[in-house]
Amino acid sequence: MEYLLGLGDDALVAAQRLGEWVTVAPELEEDVALANIALDQLGAARLLLGYAGELEGAGRDEDALAYLRSDREYRNCLLVELPNGDFATTMAKLLLLSAYQLPLYAALSVGADERLAAIAGKARKEVAYHLDHASLWTVRLGDGTEESHRRMQAAVDELWPYTVELFAADPAAPVDPAGLRSAFLANVEPVLETATLDRPADGWGPDGGRAGLHTEHLSYLLAEMQVLHRAHPGARW
Amino acid sequence: MVSAVRSSDARRAAAAVLDPELRVLTIDDLGVLRDVTEDPATGRVTVTITPTYTGCPAMDVIRADIRAALTAAGHADAEVVTVYAPAWSTDWISEAGRAKLAAAGIAPPGPAGPAAGRPVPLTLTVRCPHCGAADTEQVSRFGSTACKSLWRCRACREPFDHLRAF
Repeated sequence: MEYLLGLGDDALVAAQRLGEWVTVAPELEEDVALANIALDQLGAARLLLGYAGELEGAGRDEDALAYLRSDREYRNCLLVELPNGDFATTMAKLLLLSAYQLPLYAALSVGADERLAAIAGKARKEVAYHLDHASLWTVRLGDGTEESHRRMQAAVDELWPYTVELFAADPAAPVDPAGLRSAFLANVEPVLETATLDRPADGWGPDGGRAGLHTEHLSYLLAEMQVLHRAHPGARW
Repeated sequence: MVSAVRSSDARRAAAAVLDPELRVLTIDDLGVLRDVTEDPATGRVTVTITPTYTGCPAMDVIRADIRAALTAAGHADAEVVTVYAPAWSTDWISEAGRAKLAAAGIAPPGPAGPAAGRPVPLTLTVRCPHCGAADTEQVSRFGSTACKSLWRCRACREPFDHLRAF
């Protein structure tokens, strides 16, 4: 259940952050793209949280888990809750997230838990397209103008430490997170190279998200996401 | 589970339901409709569907439309079950469905390739559904729905949607 919450919360918080770009993306096509990616992440989040609620057996459905948990009860990694920043930061986040989710979902899709395998098999196909999209933008910005290169490099440098948490040991995980790192690097490193970006050095990384210890950014995100549901319990459109 | 049999008239009713976002296609053309069975003892119909994309907002409408179609066909006792494996693929779109898409100005998908492992994606040529020219360009990797991208024909200058291989 805790593990499923981690997967579901990663997807849900990523969706909410991407949704913030709707109507303010740099161009109309990108507005549509980010909204569609957010929708894919939300779709996966709904299935994962719905399943987590059933396993818990306490009568909490996807909405109860999404709207009625506090920040300390969220299990997402810190990477997804960070603010969108500029467009380069958003693309760097999407690159790192999708490069991690792709091998993760691939491994889960052939796992022993059939229900989780079905969800992961579906989400994996969608995430492959997200990775393509983030890769194209990373190359375009990294190998673009001096200013876009500077921003893309700054974004990758700033976010790289947050990937350490993704591969930390987790006794509840059916797939060893550390084992996913080589596939993650194989997704990211060629893109950085093509983009003429330096791959940041490995080192210390902030963590705590899986244990419910978040940055304050998550609290603001949840406040906005949950306010309507909490103000009008049981309201329907 | 009690033994259920395939139900041809219930299937006909469910198969005629149109996709809410691609109104030229039925859910059967699209491959979203997976199975229709009927419990001979109770008459209860079970319709099994699978979403194109996990976040597809049309699923609720599709479920409601299936129940309405079955009720109209005399099967008021119906249940719609959603399955996620095997994952839907554009390869499941029928030949009739592809022809209907092209006739509606939406370029049908090519074969769905392997999902992973391509750091820099390749885009194969998409033929213009209006004039048939292969000289086309992608305008946007995402279109008006999760399953489409936006293209433009350099020959006839018309923009068009492409249901991308998935």
